[in-house]
Amino acid sequence: MTEKRMPPVTQVGMLSLALIVAGGIYLASNITGDISLTPAVILLVLSALLLVGNLVALSRVEGFPWARFFEVAKWALLAYAITAGLIEYAFLRNDVSGGPLVVLTLSLVVYAVHVPTLIGFTVARYHERERWAYEAR
Amino acid sequence: MADVASIGTAPAPAPPAGIERPDFDIVPRKGLILVAIAFAVLVVAIAVEELWPLVFLHVAFGAAWTIIDLFLGLVLGPIMGSMPVPARIAFTTRLMPKMLLIMPTVVTITLAAGWQLGVALGTVDGGHPDHGWVVASYIVVGVMAIIALGLLEPANIAVLVELKKERPDPAVIERLMKRFIYSAGVIGVMQVATLVIMTKLAA
Repeated sequence: MTEKRMPPVTQVGMLSLALIVAGGIYLASNITGDISLTPAVILLVLSALLLVGNLVALSRVEGFPWARFFEVAKWALLAYAITAGLIEYAFLRNDVSGGPLVVLTLSLVVYAVHVPTLIGFTVARYHERERWAYEAR
Repeated sequence: MADVASIGTAPAPAPPAGIERPDFDIVPRKGLILVAIAFAVLVVAIAVEELWPLVFLHVAFGAAWTIIDLFLGLVLGPIMGSMPVPARIAFTTRLMPKMLLIMPTVVTITLAAGWQLGVALGTVDGGHPDHGWVVASYIVVGVMAIIALGLLEPANIAVLVELKKERPDPAVIERLMKRFIYSAGVIGVMQVATLVIMTKLAA
């Protein structure tokens, strides 16, 4: 079996999650005060860039089993979109609005896309291309 | 730091001898009904803004989360690690599909109810005397979430998908199970910090 180098999707994904978690903690810790949004925005932008970088890096992997990736990632996306929706509901119930709401909502979007990406990647990386082609017939 | 994985062009390996796996669903569909009910209860509890339902959900689901993580990470994990492969597979195909539903549900309900409780009690307010402990809990939960979402959950699902294959690869299962068990162990240890913080807040 040929060994192929894979981009460090899991490590980059965890770093991306760590950045939005840090931004979320910063905002949650000061939610009732008048604070600068700049640190949270910087963390969110860096996290989103890592997400994009991960997707670009994956798209360049030759022979990556995308069918397997999407087969798993689409259901994970549904599940994580539901949990993100519940968290968003809690924000709205607590009258979070304006800049903090935008930053927190976009952070949830990164979370809801990046976690399914990691799940789909972890499943697909162990899926042999020939076997997938056979099963798809 | 690049990972090396097999997505090779050569034919798949020969079927490993001696791997028997029971038929199982990766996601137990009947369990989804219970998950939906639990989430509906959470939405109602947040909507009615009564203290008791929030305390109940936060304490009951938080206790379940802590105990499951401690038990899985520090007791079951090492036991699974020392089991023979066939026994581990038999155990995994029964345990992990349930964990796939239980853990995200328990975590989401604990956190959402806990946040709402913090709003009601004022502990999320920067001026509250216990606010430092609450922020410490954010950090502990944040680190656990990164490990759970980035390592544990993908490994859990990938093991189940591998075991559903006609010819599961023992090396892949071994590698993913190791990742799952180590992640669960780290999260289990971190739950001790959660216990310290939560009992301090409740005292």
